[in-house]
Amino acid sequence: MTEPILSMRRLGKTHGSGAQRVDALVNVDLDLMPGELIAVTGRSGSGKTTLLNMAGALDEPTTGEVIVAGENLATMSKTDLARVRRVAVGYVFQQFNLLPSLTAAENISLPLELDGMKPDEARKLAEKALDEVEMEGMADRYPDQLSGGEQQRVAIARGLVGPRSVLLADEPTGALDEATSEAILKLLRSRCDAGAAALLVTHEPAYAAWADRVVRLRDGRIEGISERTKTPSTTADIS
Amino acid sequence: MGLREGLLCLLSKGDAHGYQLKSELEATTGDIWQVNVGQVYTTLQRLERDAMVTARESSGDGRVVYTITERGREEATSWLGTPVALAAAGRDEISLKVLMAIEAGIDQPRRVIERQRGATMTLLQDYTTLKADEAGEELAWQLYLDRLILSAEAELRWLERVEARLDTMTDPDPAEDLHLEVARPQEVTQ
Repeated sequence: MTEPILSMRRLGKTHGSGAQRVDALVNVDLDLMPGELIAVTGRSGSGKTTLLNMAGALDEPTTGEVIVAGENLATMSKTDLARVRRVAVGYVFQQFNLLPSLTAAENISLPLELDGMKPDEARKLAEKALDEVEMEGMADRYPDQLSGGEQQRVAIARGLVGPRSVLLADEPTGALDEATSEAILKLLRSRCDAGAAALLVTHEPAYAAWADRVVRLRDGRIEGISERTKTPSTTADIS
Repeated sequence: MGLREGLLCLLSKGDAHGYQLKSELEATTGDIWQVNVGQVYTTLQRLERDAMVTARESSGDGRVVYTITERGREEATSWLGTPVALAAAGRDEISLKVLMAIEAGIDQPRRVIERQRGATMTLLQDYTTLKADEAGEELAWQLYLDRLILSAEAELRWLERVEARLDTMTDPDPAEDLHLEVARPQEVTQ
């Protein structure tokens, strides 16, 4: 049986103590399988972003554990954690967070080079990542020469460059119009169909619906999970 | 509902026999609507009775060919020109179920909402799966899929709204506080 690429076990996060105690996340169990796109929905304050941050080692859980590619984040050294953040997991945020003074390709290759990869090798991987998000020939453009949708594609390419297999996306379509947002979701979907795995935080039902599983959080707990069926039918009878 | 008028619309393009009308209707709607050929024949007989169409046996194969009359043409035009009445708010079963759960307390309203939301989200996920492969599909199919997606989305938003209102509520009589009118039985039977 296939192993999950990202596994969360009885994950909990508490802020403050005593009367000020807030349970941001309570006993969350979730496995992300290779090739799977999971959407996390819920209202503001339901714990969506907390979950994503812990999945990506940006925040530490109060209880429970996160296992990424077989490694338990809790028992890893700071250096190893930094490596996981750079190599195994990619992030895409609402703001594209591209460095304006670097080209599209440089924005993608920089983290690889910081990790010790040779520049020409990093460049090759960056170009390949750009091809995969249908941005061929745009490697040497600067962010201000790209549309919002193109910048977000670069951000996704950066999130999935090289050996990375897990993409964590927090409202990645926030500033984009509807058609561009849909194109970004289609792209995420196709990247997952090609073997990547992604956790997508969104409050839009129509965007969440691109996922294999939609997890609804409420007050830090999983309230429900919807899975798409294998053979959808839409025929109707009229009389 | 709609079959009678659909047949008249198709006949206004030219004469046809029953099976041909069934095939055309399905093709025009991107095979979304499946109709029973028996129903088509019954409806055509009623249209003939109402002088909307005339029937004659075709010379070759003995099949009955239908021709639209002036009256039938007027009926089709009038149907197309009349907007479908919007159903009164809260008349569908989901609304009724949620309102009843709040009113009667038979089931926790939140559980009703959550189960419904799960089911509707699965539906929306399925539609979205179909949408991912829509390139090259017929226009009728794409338009219908858009409609299904938008309806499912609206339902999810409404359920979220109900839940948000329930959350901010402390009143012992929830239905009253929600300003929701529970539809009377005779208004919801259809």
